[in-house]
Amino acid sequence: MSRSQQPSPPGYLGQIRILLAKELTVEFRSRETAIPMAVFAAAALIAFQFSFDLRGGTLNLVAPGVLWVAIIFASLLALGRSFSREVERGSLDGLLGSPIDPGALYLAKVSTNVILLLLLEAVIIPLAAILFNLQLFQPTLLLTLLLGNIGIASVGTILSAISARSRAREALLPIMLLPLLVPVIIGAVRATALVIDSGPWEDIQPWLAILAAYDLVFLFVSSLLFYVTVEK
Amino acid sequence: MTAERPDSSPEFVIRCADLEKSYGQRPAIRNVNLTINVGERIALFGDNGAGKSTLLQLISGLLRPSGGGIRVFGGQPWGHAGARARARIGALSHQSHLYEELSARENLALYGKLYDVADPQGRADALIAEFGLTGRRVDPVRTLSRGMTQRVSLMRALIHDPALLLLDEPETGLDATSREMLVQHISEQASGVTVVLATHNVEMGVSLTTRDIVLRGGEIIHDSAALGEQAADAERRRGEVTRLLTSRTG
Repeated sequence: MSRSQQPSPPGYLGQIRILLAKELTVEFRSRETAIPMAVFAAAALIAFQFSFDLRGGTLNLVAPGVLWVAIIFASLLALGRSFSREVERGSLDGLLGSPIDPGALYLAKVSTNVILLLLLEAVIIPLAAILFNLQLFQPTLLLTLLLGNIGIASVGTILSAISARSRAREALLPIMLLPLLVPVIIGAVRATALVIDSGPWEDIQPWLAILAAYDLVFLFVSSLLFYVTVEK
Repeated sequence: MTAERPDSSPEFVIRCADLEKSYGQRPAIRNVNLTINVGERIALFGDNGAGKSTLLQLISGLLRPSGGGIRVFGGQPWGHAGARARARIGALSHQSHLYEELSARENLALYGKLYDVADPQGRADALIAEFGLTGRRVDPVRTLSRGMTQRVSLMRALIHDPALLLLDEPETGLDATSREMLVQHISEQASGVTVVLATHNVEMGVSLTTRDIVLRGGEIIHDSAALGEQAADAERRRGEVTRLLTSRTG
């Protein structure tokens, strides 16, 4: 590239692809997030199983909540590290000083967190199926998990960016995140309960629509506002 | 004192007008007026906290001004609108901006892709060879020494052949060989490349540049360009900068 030329950064999707590949490579090499998440969620499921008498009707009532509590609390580990690691090492400034669109960085981080949550669920869903003796391998549950993951990651990623430069980030993130996740928790738990009860699609659909609307609103607004949250 | 240069050339790279930056109530940059033209080599001097790093971060688009204006390559350098300006800037700061889990080659290729370098791997390999790190090119950055990491950071800043090079105390932590290599690379930059070098090392700053700016308390207290021809003599520059840095009142 000649200095006389006006260089142009890669397109928006190209930037997301490059950054996502970097995120996954760094996580694969460090394994700082995925393994602790899986261990935490598995421990939570086992603790619930042995703490309560989860059988029959009680099981169907409680299992969706238990599952999503494990997912949401484990997600805090991934979300907390999304930006704190970058800020500690100064690599966030390297990215923000490059010609990338800050929104592309946000979407790459969201995608990474969604992938980490899917990996987590690949471990804990079979575990939950065994522990609770439930039929969890259903396409509708997969869709519910995906929409729930996007909801958690879209809000959690931008809040992680906001809290990353704070000294009290470990405390700040859950305080800000959990109230905002109430619609996701309600929608995901209700949809999961209906899937476990083999409820009709017409009953499940409104809850999935709520999750999808939540995801779209937060993804759109957060990608636009992201730069304001990460600038010094 | 402000340091506005007459706008004799429209080819300015950086123009700051009444530039201000505060962190909360504490001003870090105050009333800075500055024009830097294409190909100029600037040494930025000042004590710790004088505002050197803040000024460089404002130029590189990492900070948004609290007041006044800054134009880099004719546009604002921060946010969505600053992408084109940032694409032409290479910056080396106190932090390495590198990923410790990735190798030098992977870090350089990553930034090469983000800056749309035609052959990022090839360019990374060429720089690694030039900086004498071929033997360590696939080792994770966390296994490299401070000096080696600083060399990789400098390669990162150069990966896209920037038209504006911002160097914030680049000599920090380098041994004599690495410092020599750094000096060689800065002085070998093409004549069209504008270099702004923030340093405490007066000798190095004066030898590598043609214009001195001294900051104190966020303000420019000296700009050798304002002195014209008499500032060209390196000995005189060195003496003036040293006098200002050692005097309390300036």
